[in-house]
Amino acid sequence: MNHASWRRVFVMAAFIAAGAGVVLLNRRGTGSAATWDPIRLSEVAHASGIDFVHQAATLDPRIANIAPHIAALGACVSVVDVNNDHWPDLYFTTSRFGAANALYLNQKDGTFRDVAAQAGVASLNRAAEGASMGAVWGDYDNDGLEDVLVYKWGYPQLLHNLGNLHFADVTAQAGLRRWMNSNGAVWFDFDRDGLLDLYITGYFRSDIDFWHLRTTRIMQSSWEFASNGGKNLLFRNLGNGRFEDVTDAMGVGSTRWTLAAAAADFNDDGWPDLYLANDYGPEELFLNLEGKRFELARAGLADDSKSGMAVAVGDVFNRGRYDVFVTNISERGFLFQGNNLRINLLKELGRFNEIATGVVADAGWAWGAQFGDVNNDGWLDLVVVNGFISADSGRDYWYAMSKVAGAQGNIFEDAKNWPPIGTASLSGYERSRVLLNRSREGPSGGFVDVALEAGVTDRLDGRGVAMADLFNVGALDVVIANEKGRALLYRNTATPLHWVEFKLIGTRSNRSAIGAEVTVEFGGVRQRQVVDGAMGFCSQNDRRVHFGLGKSTLDRVTIQWPSGTVQTVGGLAADRLHEITEPPK
Amino acid sequence: MRRVWADPKYLIVCLITLVLVAGEARYSILGGYDRLATTLGVCMATEVLLSWWLRGRVANLASAYITGISLALLIKPQANMLWPFALGAFLAIASKYVLTYRGRHLWNPSNFAIAFLVLVASDSVAILSHQWGNDLRINLVIWAFGLAVASRARVLHVTLTYVVCFTVLALLRNAIVGGPVLAELAPITGPMYQLFVFFMVTDPRTTVSTRPGRMVVVAIVALVESLIRLAGDFQVPLLRPLYVSPPLLALAIVGPVAMWWDLSRQAKKS
Repeated sequence: MNHASWRRVFVMAAFIAAGAGVVLLNRRGTGSAATWDPIRLSEVAHASGIDFVHQAATLDPRIANIAPHIAALGACVSVVDVNNDHWPDLYFTTSRFGAANALYLNQKDGTFRDVAAQAGVASLNRAAEGASMGAVWGDYDNDGLEDVLVYKWGYPQLLHNLGNLHFADVTAQAGLRRWMNSNGAVWFDFDRDGLLDLYITGYFRSDIDFWHLRTTRIMQSSWEFASNGGKNLLFRNLGNGRFEDVTDAMGVGSTRWTLAAAAADFNDDGWPDLYLANDYGPEELFLNLEGKRFELARAGLADDSKSGMAVAVGDVFNRGRYDVFVTNISERGFLFQGNNLRINLLKELGRFNEIATGVVADAGWAWGAQFGDVNNDGWLDLVVVNGFISADSGRDYWYAMSKVAGAQGNIFEDAKNWPPIGTASLSGYERSRVLLNRSREGPSGGFVDVALEAGVTDRLDGRGVAMADLFNVGALDVVIANEKGRALLYRNTATPLHWVEFKLIGTRSNRSAIGAEVTVEFGGVRQRQVVDGAMGFCSQNDRRVHFGLGKSTLDRVTIQWPSGTVQTVGGLAADRLHEITEPPK
Repeated sequence: MRRVWADPKYLIVCLITLVLVAGEARYSILGGYDRLATTLGVCMATEVLLSWWLRGRVANLASAYITGISLALLIKPQANMLWPFALGAFLAIASKYVLTYRGRHLWNPSNFAIAFLVLVASDSVAILSHQWGNDLRINLVIWAFGLAVASRARVLHVTLTYVVCFTVLALLRNAIVGGPVLAELAPITGPMYQLFVFFMVTDPRTTVSTRPGRMVVVAIVALVESLIRLAGDFQVPLLRPLYVSPPLLALAIVGPVAMWWDLSRQAKKS
């Protein structure tokens, strides 16, 4: 062969090698967790007396063509110690009219009993009143009892805990009877006056009554930058049982199809900020300007538009910062939005850095997510639940949806232009993920998916997920609410390493201590957690904060109370729950 | 300026630059300038290297520029992955030198690379769909400029034939599968089709030699696309890999066959 021929052969070989490279790089490794402290989770919902099955709302027949798509929300879970017996209880919502929400009282023996009906928190799904989409608990009147706000597609309901396992509906006198199509809410004390305020997010517009539609033009106007969703509302707690709408005055009335909100002090100025996960649009961080107003932060979020479903806040690398995990959609060939793991660099760069790759980025059509140290090794792991519509596995709606997804907004804004979904699945039968944090090896350690090894094998359509040490053994259990499916309770059965938990009681701060921050130092690192008033997607973790310590001893503990008081505690024992009351000024 | 107006290639360069600038300014469509730098850099470098090495002269880089920007806009991979841009860019340009027949390359370079990536690496790569804000106004601007440039470049007959065929076949599909008629017409209003009708099906280097022939070929592309879409509607599992982008994959199937047939026919004539 002459030179020209050799050159041609060489180029051909390079071409084939590049093609082979594509094939090889497409096969992604998931890493190994073989040498790591194990996670063992055992599904015990039925054995524990939890037989809750979510039922989807039945909507106006004018949108029957995509009813399974629209009504695929409402399976939610929140953790609360409703009777102050120091054993966490569980509240689940369902959405079909006539179906009952459930309040599972912890029987302290590994089982639960549904007391929702006698407590008056079961029959909330009624025609003309709306369908439950989730619940958040907080002691809004500081009487020592956790009250509940049930947000709905319809009128939200504020139910006051009377203290005898009975609740009274105080929505109207509280000034909260406003029709909304909401899928999220968060309690937080934005003005630090010791009273819990309330932020309720809007998803669909509030003029839409899903049971009496006046128009089918109800969908998003863009898949990327839609702002025609329901308006989020901020209610200030006036302290007399009433709330005042201060949305516009505070500048937090986003209409970006918010699915989840979480509150924490992201910029370390002592005031709780709001982080929103928006469907069909970029995430939003509203920085709290000393309780006087919020300002939309320029934090590297505005240009990165995806389909935010959940906000989980956690100190991923034990830096004493609140990083953010937001779930999104990934579907082979069609769409790789990828989940976001945003590392908080507000102090250094004024922005978050998005670092998600591999199993963190791609968890399918991801919904709820929570950080929690499931193996007590001192590093926060992630639990992510997935799957949108699991119906006929032989029929797939992705292609049909792709016809309108790339089109002009005025086409798909009208629900009647969507192809009928029929019995098709849409990212159905996806398994939940348990992502083990390997940052002990350094920031490059990353996460590895250990769900199957841990015993998490379900393929239901997960929505809300919450974590709590339900059995008071020093290990976090995982509760999952599934859309049109049974709720799951994954009991943590691993032999726990060292741990410590804190139950905080506010005095000058709100009594639930929502917004209080606990920084625990151990083994040369420090981890910071916040008592949450909602976290993930339509869910809320236990107000008791849980820290894994690995094999280390517990050093100093610092509590930053919402009132501004900073309390430092030393000499606390590990492997136990500490109840700490806010000190006087 | 006169040279730009005289040579259709430079008009297309201008148009795709307009698409890039408008998309990035309004919708951050790139998802990171590293992606643009990678694809453009690899496309240009590969073109320079291979043209000089195999043909003894450095080729005009306008084609590599168009390919690079097309790939940067169309490839939407898993988070933070750069390799699809790098390898896609290399495969696109190298295909012009490797996949040839009678001295002509058979595939539009970006069409080949994207088809290869979405078929072989679907775990990592998707393509542009809704990442354009779904905004009518900006799309109308690009369609207006696009049609003007296509007219000046004397390929308007290709674009219009495709648009007419797509519309007729969409109505026919709707008659077969039912559902809202706008759902079948909707895809052509999206951004992926802008790149498809202005930069791929009209590529003069990978279209047949006669005007009627080009119109027939593009009609066949639209027909194959419709068959893929019908298979999608009837949920034929075997063809699922094709559903992610029916027009691009239809062109990847029909285009080289038409080129091969046309080149063979010309050879016989001469």
